[in-house]
Order: sequence, then C-alpha cells, then structure tokens
Amino acid sequence: MNGILDFIAGLGRAVLDIVRMAGRVALFAAVALSHVVRPPFYWRTLWGTLVEIGYFSLPVVALTALFSGGVIALQSYTGFAQYHAQNAIAGIVILAVTRELGPVLAGLMVAGRVGAAMSAEIGTMRVTDQIDALSTLSTNPIKYLVTPRLVAGTLALPFLVLVADILGVLGGFTVCVMKLDFSASAYITATIASLKVMDVTVGLVKAAIFGFLIALMGCYHGYHSRGGAEGVGAATTAAVVAASILLLTFDYLLTDVFFSQ
Amino acid sequence: MTDTIPKIRIRGLKKAFGPKVVLDGVDLDVMGGTSFVVIGGSGTGKSVLLRCILGLITPDAGSIEIDGVDVTTLSPRQREPYMARIGMLFQNGALFDSLSVWENVTFGLIAAARAGHGPRITRAQARERAGALLEQVGMDPAVGALSPSELSGGMQKRVGLARAIAARPEILFFDEPTTGLDPIMGAVIDGLIVDCVRRLGSTAIAITHDMASAQRIGDQVGMLYEGRMIWQGSPSTLFDSGNPVVDQFTHGRREGPIKVDVRS
Ligand SMILES: Nc1ncnc2c1ncn2[C@@H]1O[C@H](COP(=O)(O)OP(=O)(O)OP(=O)(O)O)[C@@H](O)[C@H]1O
Ligand SMILES: [Mg+2]
Repeated sequence: MNGILDFIAGLGRAVLDIVRMAGRVALFAAVALSHVVRPPFYWRTLWGTLVEIGYFSLPVVALTALFSGGVIALQSYTGFAQYHAQNAIAGIVILAVTRELGPVLAGLMVAGRVGAAMSAEIGTMRVTDQIDALSTLSTNPIKYLVTPRLVAGTLALPFLVLVADILGVLGGFTVCVMKLDFSASAYITATIASLKVMDVTVGLVKAAIFGFLIALMGCYHGYHSRGGAEGVGAATTAAVVAASILLLTFDYLLTDVFFSQ
Repeated sequence: MTDTIPKIRIRGLKKAFGPKVVLDGVDLDVMGGTSFVVIGGSGTGKSVLLRCILGLITPDAGSIEIDGVDVTTLSPRQREPYMARIGMLFQNGALFDSLSVWENVTFGLIAAARAGHGPRITRAQARERAGALLEQVGMDPAVGALSPSELSGGMQKRVGLARAIAARPEILFFDEPTTGLDPIMGAVIDGLIVDCVRRLGSTAIAITHDMASAQRIGDQVGMLYEGRMIWQGSPSTLFDSGNPVVDQFTHGRREGPIKVDVRS
C-alpha cells in the first residue's frame, strides 16, 4: 500500500518538476524574444549560427536524407511488389520525406551537432564567469548570446529541410531506377503528380519550430549550467536529449493539427 | 557633500546558498576616491560580496547603496547605469575566448557605444585604444592580435585588468588581481591599481591573499570572517591589529581561533 502511495507521490513530484521547468523555459524564451525588437542586435552571432546550421550541417543532413529516401523506397517495394503497385512508391517516398523524414531527421541531426555545441559554448562561458563579465561590460548576456541563436535556428532549419527534401526524393529515385529497374521518367512523373505544396509548407513550418526548440534547449541548458567541466557536459547531454524529445513531441502535435482532418 | 556620503555603503548584507550561510550581516563603507582591501580565508564569501554589489547575485537581506541610492530595490533596467559605472576584474580573468585579446580589452567601450550610452568608436580606434591599454598593464600591443587561450595565466589576468579599466569606471573591483603573477608583476599591477584610484579618482574594492599587496593598495583593510566584517583598520596595523583572528590570518599561523578543516 505504502509502495503505491510512494509511487504516486513520486509521479506527482515528477509532473510538478516538468511543469515548473516548462514555466522557466517559457519565461527564458519570452525574455530572449523580447530582445529581438530592442536594439542593438548582434548580427555577427546571427550570421555565425546561420552558417553553422545552414552550411556546415549540410553534409550530415544530405547523407541522412539520401539514405532514408532510399530505405523508404526499398521497404515500400517489398511491401507493395506483390500487388503490382510500383507506381505508388514515388508517392510514398515524397510524402514520407516532405512531411516527416526531412524535418525530423534534419532536426535530430542539428540537435546533435549544433544544439550540443551551443550548450557547450554557453555553458563554458557560464562556468568561467564570462557571462557575468558580459553584464559588467554594458552587455545583456541573453540579448548577446541567446537572441541571435534563437533567430538563427528558426531561419536556418527550414532551408536545411528544403535540401533534405530534395535529396530524400533523389535517394528514393536512385534506388528505384538503379536497383529496382523502374523507368526514370515514370518515377519523376509520379513524383511530381504526388508533390503537394501543403506537405512541403507544413514540413518547413515544422522545421522552423524545431530549429527554435533546438536553439532554445541548447541556450537554456548552457546558460544554466553550473559546476565546472562536468556541469557543462551534463548540460550538453540534457540539451540534446530535451531537444530530441521536444522535437518528436511537437512533431506529433503539429501533424495532428495540420493533417488529421 | 560627496565627502559625507560613502560611495559604497553596505548594511546587514546576508546571503545563504541553501543551508550554507555565506554572508551574515556584512557592513561596509567605502569613501569616494579611496581603496578598500578585503582579506579573508578561502570560501568566506569575498567574491560573493562583490557579486552582490554588482547585482550578479541577489542578496537575501540588507542594503547596498551606491552614491546614496539603494540599488537592491531597483529593477534590472534601472540598475544598468550603476553596473556601467563599475569595472570588474574577475578572479580567473573571465576573458571571452571566442574573441581576440584586443576585442576583449575594448569590449565594454564598443558595447557602450552600441547601446548609446558611450562615445562612438570605430574598430580601428578601438584597436588603437586596446594597444595603449595593453601597454599600460605592461604588455606588448602586438599581443592584441592573439586569442586569450594563447596567453599564460598571468598575462590573461593583465588583459582582464586592461578590460576592467578601459572605460575608466568610477568604481573598480579587483578579485585577487595579483594571484598567479610573479612578485615583480604583482608590484606593477598594484602600482597600476593605486594609479587608477589616484589619477582617475576611482573608488576601488580589492580582494587579496597577499599582505604586501594589501598594504600597497589599501587605504583601509577589512577582514571577512564567518560572514561578517570582523575587523577594519589601516593597512599599517595589519600585522599588529590586536584582533586574534586577524593576527592568525596575517601571520599565517596554524594555531589560533580560525579552525582549518583540511578535509573539506
Ligand atoms: N552560485 C553559487 N551557488 C552556490 N554556492 C556558492 C555560489 N557562489 C559561491 N558559493 C559558495 O559560497 C562560498 C563563498 O564563495 P566565494 O567564491 O565568495 O569565496 P571566496 O571568499 O572568494 O574564496 P577564494 O578566496 O577561494 O576565492 C563558497 O563556499 C562557495 O561554495
Ligand atoms: Mg573568490
């Protein structure tokens, strides 16, 4: 009996912790966003983060998208071949890539790469007093460190996802034409026929939200890290885990909002 | 008038981290244009005291007046102008490692100009200013092009000092400015601090573990012990204060009222 009560109490405490944490994160984000409209704005950091996400993440995201598109083609072929529904494969690939795989895979890759780097950089600044030094030098640390990164994350991920969409379709195309001996022109025609502007747009909206969440988690956990190198490591792990979970949660919620009529 | 109001006046300042009481009612007056040296054992809250004045840590109780205004009652926005009047040398330098040395030194000048409460300054001018400031702290201006991670600890400290004095602040805080420097450089830095106070008319609070340094810098010395300022006096009486705690500390005796727990 006591065991059950303890369990429920623990559960309640965990839920309270999550709610409290969500409140703190929301407040942090609100403060950071309020600085977007108040000068000065730190363009150098914005540009650096844009390049880091939009350019230096290209190879990882490109490879992931290519192979995932290929895998979707292969898997649906084994499922569909016996029903002679090969033409449906092009449609499945483009639907899966634009709606889900592009945003989610690019998001997870960027969370691992850039979210972790943000958290490590800001966390190191925290534990070596650099953030405190900023405030003594007429600079608001949230405006200087967090605001440009949130903006950059929101802007850069959609671009990356657009690239991932194209390469994912290319992956499916390559597998179908080279390995499964489909006709290239038939595949392209089928792809164009099933390309929906709505799917791509929603994918890009998802990407913008994911990019914001990844940068927010990286900055929040880095900003609040404490206790030397170990603390920075813990903050980095927390940032990547939290960003990945949030990303998949929001993916579900957004899919529910946009596609489940 | 300004002679009667202390530049910095602290009353009953308290701060605890969880169950651990660090500051337990600190009182302190620092008159304008003078320098106050804080001594005290490791972990007695000297750095926490400076952070409270800077507004980096919110105290649990007590008042901190700068020019007669209690800054603890101000909103963060209202407090900003007071922060801008204080220059701080952090204990470990706290240089921005993503920027070059010269960008570090002039960071505050460029930031103040951007925020609109400092004179305009171009990057070329800033770079020149950085060179002059580096020379002031006994460094080659060519060091400006390096990254902080390429410097020795003592050099980083001097760059931190150049950054703290760059905007000629009215108030200067030095957290162990000479720790990690050789004795000659230590004396040079002490001279520089004295110079800033005399020439710029700044008010300074310095933390140090070095008694020779305390005597060179301080117009007044105070000892922080068990969360309070237990003794204040002239630096000349440092070794002969009549207070058993201070005497034990300044003479570095193992026996005395201060219990050293080497295990914690
Ligand atoms: N942000 C913080 N959170 C929790 N505890 C803290 C924090 N900052 C300081 N402390 C604690 O307060 C105490 C005083 O720290 P402080 O850094 O002021 O010591 P100090 O007098 O400057 O020592 P030292 O001469 O070694 O620099 C320490 O025990 C430290 O653990
Ligand atoms: Mg200290």
